[in-house]
Amino acid sequence: MSVLTLDPILTRRAEIQRTAEASLGRRQRHSRLLVGLTGACVLVSLVPLVAVIAYTIERGAPAWSVDFFSHAPTPEGIPGGGIWNSIVGSFIIDGIALGGAIPLGLLVALFLANSNSRVASGIRFVTDVLSGVPSITIGIFAYGILVTTLHHFSAIAGSFGVGLIMLPIMIRASETSIRTVPTDLHEAALSLGAKNAAVARRVTLPTALPGLVTGLLLAVARGAGESAPLLFTAIGSQYLTTSPFGPMAAMPLTVYLNGIQAYPDLQQIAWGTGLLLLCIVLVLSVSSRIAVARLGRIRR
Amino acid sequence: MTDESRVTTAQTDMTAPTTVESSPDAVSSIMQLHEVSVAFSGRPAVRNVSFDIAIGQVTALIGPSGSGKTTLLRALNRMHDTVRTAKVTGAIHLAGIDIYGGTLHPTLVRSRVGMVFQRPNPFPTMSIYDNVVSGLRFNGVRNKALLKEAAESALIAAALWDEVRDRLNASAATLSGGQQQRLCIARALAVEPEVLLMDEPTSALDPQATRRIEDLVGELKDRVTVVIVTHNMQQAARISDRCAFLLMAEDRAGELIEFGPTNQLFSSPTDQRTEDYVNGRFG
Repeated sequence: MSVLTLDPILTRRAEIQRTAEASLGRRQRHSRLLVGLTGACVLVSLVPLVAVIAYTIERGAPAWSVDFFSHAPTPEGIPGGGIWNSIVGSFIIDGIALGGAIPLGLLVALFLANSNSRVASGIRFVTDVLSGVPSITIGIFAYGILVTTLHHFSAIAGSFGVGLIMLPIMIRASETSIRTVPTDLHEAALSLGAKNAAVARRVTLPTALPGLVTGLLLAVARGAGESAPLLFTAIGSQYLTTSPFGPMAAMPLTVYLNGIQAYPDLQQIAWGTGLLLLCIVLVLSVSSRIAVARLGRIRR
Repeated sequence: MTDESRVTTAQTDMTAPTTVESSPDAVSSIMQLHEVSVAFSGRPAVRNVSFDIAIGQVTALIGPSGSGKTTLLRALNRMHDTVRTAKVTGAIHLAGIDIYGGTLHPTLVRSRVGMVFQRPNPFPTMSIYDNVVSGLRFNGVRNKALLKEAAESALIAAALWDEVRDRLNASAATLSGGQQQRLCIARALAVEPEVLLMDEPTSALDPQATRRIEDLVGELKDRVTVVIVTHNMQQAARISDRCAFLLMAEDRAGELIEFGPTNQLFSSPTDQRTEDYVNGRFG
């Protein structure tokens, strides 16, 4: 060791390397333990997901048939009823909701992404609060605003409620996506003589498109599955109705209203509808992933 | 291997005779590359590179972009291990041990072969002091006196001590870009590696800060062997003792064209392509 003490650096190097080597086993065990724990948590979190999907398929698949997708319900006891009216109803209600949420959400997101003012942070805060408001509260709000004043239940009141659920998701996802667009691009467009609106339309929004599409699909997935905002607005219907100003059936409502019945065939319809909703949400989530990948690749 | 022998390898070469050409400044080598190739998903990025890294000297890897300089550098401390598709073949010896041979754990390879990256990357949530000693802590060092001593020594060596001695507990984010890069050098030095790899360490810095780092590299020689990637030929000429010139072959894999003492490579290269490159005729 006499050689080592001549040079403090060499002494230190020796000590550090000795420590590193001596502690390697402990550090490796620690690392393996944590990696193992991570894997175990992943597995545990997959259990409920797989269980819900498997159970819904098991209970819901027997309900599926051609009639199930193409007929309105029949009275209890008469076979052959379907949920065609609920599918159409959901499309109309969610379509109207999207028609409001998309432009509003995009424009608010554009404003938020370009502003750090007090107003902007206020809106951001309110948006976060809105996304946390229980959907039943939004339902009763839509009821109070539209149903009690118009004196009848209507699909449009349901759309209003669903739109309120979609809006904060649209806004925050779009803002995040728009913020990832490099400022250089914005400045490059400005330096060419573009106005802010033109920059947004031709540069910012197209560049942010994958994120915008994701936000949109997530908002649809969330809104389409909500039953609470429809409970006392669209109220549901046994018939195929297409007027947004009257009562209308919707898939989440069908799940709820049939699920609480005592008749097994009605309960089966509820499971079948639940399975269809699950499939729709799954398709939307998967397509949002694909959209991001595809659109991202085109840009490159 | 005992501790003494491992340390002394840093001073005198204990390995088989090295293959450094009979240049006048021939010294022993700390790392030997033998037929080193790196491939990503089966596509070669660096092919059959062999040379020795002389102890206590600065070796520069030069060449146009795409010639595999950084890829080769990252093979020297097993950084490609984190890339699933990467495969390193050939042999790389560190003080007599094949670092891909299985006898030395990759973690221990990296504690002996440190690295400084293109962009300064101090840990943003740590103070200046915690940044410097982070490597030691990762390696299990808990002795406070040793941490303190190593930190001060590393900061002095990185020419940062005078600027930060009064604010060691300040966030590393309060430093300028050049200071941050010197902090990263100090962080790497604190572990007392035998070799320090530098991947274009000045490419994100202004000329002033670049100058300071260049001066610093020259002063580090007593302490650590430096391998530096640079796209700047003047920088290679200024700070390196030996130069490896790489060039992209037809199939886009980087190959070693010429290796030798820097002054020889720049004044009388043996390969026409080296001459063209150092005279700025391409790349």
